[in-house]
Amino acid sequence: MQSNANTYNYKVVRQFAIMTIVWGIVGMLVGVIIAAQLIWPDLTFGVEFLSYGRLRPLHTNAVIFAFGGCALFATSYYVVQRTCQTRVLSDSMAAIHFWGWQLVILLAAVTLPLGITSGKEYAELEWPIDILITVIWVTYAINFFGTIMKRRTQHIYVANWFYGAFILTVAILHLVNSAAIPVTMWKSYSAYAGVQDAMIQWWYGHNAVGFFLTAGFLGIMYYFVPKQAERPVYSYRLSVVHFWALIFTYMWAGPHHLHYTALPDWAQSLGMVFSLILLAPSWGGMINGIMTLSGAWHKLRDDPILKFLIVSLSFYGMSTFEGPMLSIKTVNGLAHYTDWIIGHVHSGALGWVAFISIGSMYYLIPRLFGQKEMYSVKLISLHFWIATLGVVLYIAALWISGVMQGLMWRAVNSDGTLTYTFVESVKASYPYWMIRLLGGTLFFSGMLIMAYNVFKTVAAGKAHDAPIPEGYAPGSIPMRPAVGPMVTPAAQGD
Amino acid sequence: MTDHLTAFWHWYVAIITVVSMIACGVLLWAQTTKKLPVGSKPELHGNVWDEDLTEYNHPLPNWWRWLFYLTLFFGALYLFIFPGLGGFAGQAGWSSAGQYNAEVKQADADFGPVFAKYTAINIPTLAKDAQANAAGQRLFLNYCAQCHGSDAAGGKGFPNLRDKDWLYGGDPATIVATLTNGRNGVMPALGDAIGGETGTKEMAQYVRSLAGLKHDAGMAAAAAPKFAVCAACHGADGKGNRQLGAPNLTDDIWLYGSSVEDISYTIKNGRGVNQLVEGQSAMPAQIEKLGAAKIHLLAAYVYSLGGGEPPIVEKAPEPAVATPAAATSSATTAPTTPPPKGK
Repeated sequence: MQSNANTYNYKVVRQFAIMTIVWGIVGMLVGVIIAAQLIWPDLTFGVEFLSYGRLRPLHTNAVIFAFGGCALFATSYYVVQRTCQTRVLSDSMAAIHFWGWQLVILLAAVTLPLGITSGKEYAELEWPIDILITVIWVTYAINFFGTIMKRRTQHIYVANWFYGAFILTVAILHLVNSAAIPVTMWKSYSAYAGVQDAMIQWWYGHNAVGFFLTAGFLGIMYYFVPKQAERPVYSYRLSVVHFWALIFTYMWAGPHHLHYTALPDWAQSLGMVFSLILLAPSWGGMINGIMTLSGAWHKLRDDPILKFLIVSLSFYGMSTFEGPMLSIKTVNGLAHYTDWIIGHVHSGALGWVAFISIGSMYYLIPRLFGQKEMYSVKLISLHFWIATLGVVLYIAALWISGVMQGLMWRAVNSDGTLTYTFVESVKASYPYWMIRLLGGTLFFSGMLIMAYNVFKTVAAGKAHDAPIPEGYAPGSIPMRPAVGPMVTPAAQGD
Repeated sequence: MTDHLTAFWHWYVAIITVVSMIACGVLLWAQTTKKLPVGSKPELHGNVWDEDLTEYNHPLPNWWRWLFYLTLFFGALYLFIFPGLGGFAGQAGWSSAGQYNAEVKQADADFGPVFAKYTAINIPTLAKDAQANAAGQRLFLNYCAQCHGSDAAGGKGFPNLRDKDWLYGGDPATIVATLTNGRNGVMPALGDAIGGETGTKEMAQYVRSLAGLKHDAGMAAAAAPKFAVCAACHGADGKGNRQLGAPNLTDDIWLYGSSVEDISYTIKNGRGVNQLVEGQSAMPAQIEKLGAAKIHLLAAYVYSLGGGEPPIVEKAPEPAVATPAAATSSATTAPTTPPPKGK
């Protein structure tokens, strides 16, 4: 047992890493169930707690905030400690963060099936849980920024900029959008009304994508891609420009969720224009990640972890091209309310967010449990191919059904009546929903393979906390005296 | 522009937008560095993190810079042409409301005559016109089928339009009136008025007896005197009242089900009263959405489904022939000459 001052706090990283996999499996299983419910609406025997309307928010909350959240927390604690060359500010705050967040997830898993919801998409949890989230989030923020404050490196590594932007902005988004007037313990009404409420909701909704699912995961990218590729990041300059442009421009994009609604035209236009401007800043991250591999492309051949990381960047690039395109009013007129949007979201959520999370977990798990590598590299490879096939099937099916729905809904007869009724477009969608279910099931099975691989790796190893290297990082000027004696056990080379 | 309460907000939005876009361009401009000479190696940025994390300092890729500039330029152009800079309406004078109104006007001009030509034909005749019915069915499937079903057979709480039973009447004028202005059917909660739990159960048996369904004769008999409460709307004989949309209880056609439980529920809680629990027992008015010509066509389609009743012909009042209860029965409203049948 090493003294705390000499080691990184890997405990909280281990906790969040394991729960990333657990919640990934739970969230994706619920996703598979609701995908099946679209085809067989009576699948859950009419039990209200398992109806589509109750399970859908459970799915989105579980994959975004439980799976994605745990991946972000695990990696951010790992990255911020190692790149600041110091132990996390407070172990007890880290513990409060971990257990508090699990409590939030548990409360969500109970209240959402019960039908307790604020009715705000991706912010369904009711006010008592919202307050709990706020407390936990502030704890996390203090702990994260406090760790940066006491760093023993001169500069703040780029991954931490992105984690920092994610933590700060999500706090603001959550506070503003969840403002509500409680009427009972489990019912509240939004503080905003009408179109203002809609605008606040999608300002939140789109920035949840921008800061939770993009900025945060770019933080993961900036650490794990160069680490796994063992190459320098392609361009510091590019990271500066695209960081500031990205976090600034994302803030404007929300109104593209409200095209052709009661939202005033000027706000719709601004949302569309800035969504288009967002293309280059988004792609900056993709370029920086993929080009980091230049000179090491051969590593892609036999390193499945790198495959996960690099393919995630390809999906990131694709989704961030598709997004600006969908924000153009006329394109949106065809795509809005169709499966195309669901396909778009999943090319980002599965292809980008899940892939990079999975890749970083395969990097982390062995290091957290004193192993050289995962129990089976072959199984990582199998996971990669199954997951890739799953995403491709999922997205392609919904592209086709989405465009088909959009065209069917707008088709008119020579007398001006609509050619198809809504239910006809539903009937026509079934084959594609089957393919989507297959794709989702494949992706889910990949997670089960991962769980087995992780279980074997953890079982073979034991919890390991890496020692903090002595002295200051190269190029750093001392900011404050080192805390305690810095003794590096010779046996541990990490 | 009325979107902005005061000129301040117009300038607020416009200035922040313009400054923001310029700032993006300036950031890009300021960070542009010379391209690396061929064959030279990129410099490594000074710092090392976590043992081996380093950064090259490649210049921004040219294609990426120009992509960024291009989107900024497009954005500026778009905001010049279309509304976006606060209250500035844009050079094209475009608005979503304007586009909508123009499209509706165009559609009215294109398709108005298609529907107008049917309005001169009376509904019973039109109901036999295959082409008109095909158009009517397309309207029905898009505007009515959500509640009444694709085959118009209805469902619990939604009337079957194929049978000969009508809540408000199946003659052409009444169907048109129903479509035009909608209907608001309300059955009040009467559980307390007829003796609570026991009274409700007994009344359910009595109501079943009216329709000739299996029932407990003793309980039905106990409820019979209390039916006066119900008779106000459903009539003393239980045959209903089309003026109120009160259903005929004797024909074994049930809007909310015929089981003892269903009937008891209806009596105890009413229907269409507690909208939070039960939903609205209302047919929405269609005139705003569809206009008179399409309603005419839809009425003919509904008329053709099998339950259409002959048009009501205004007659001189015949003194003291009809009792109030019989006034609404079809016998007295039948015209002197048999009109064309609905189907």
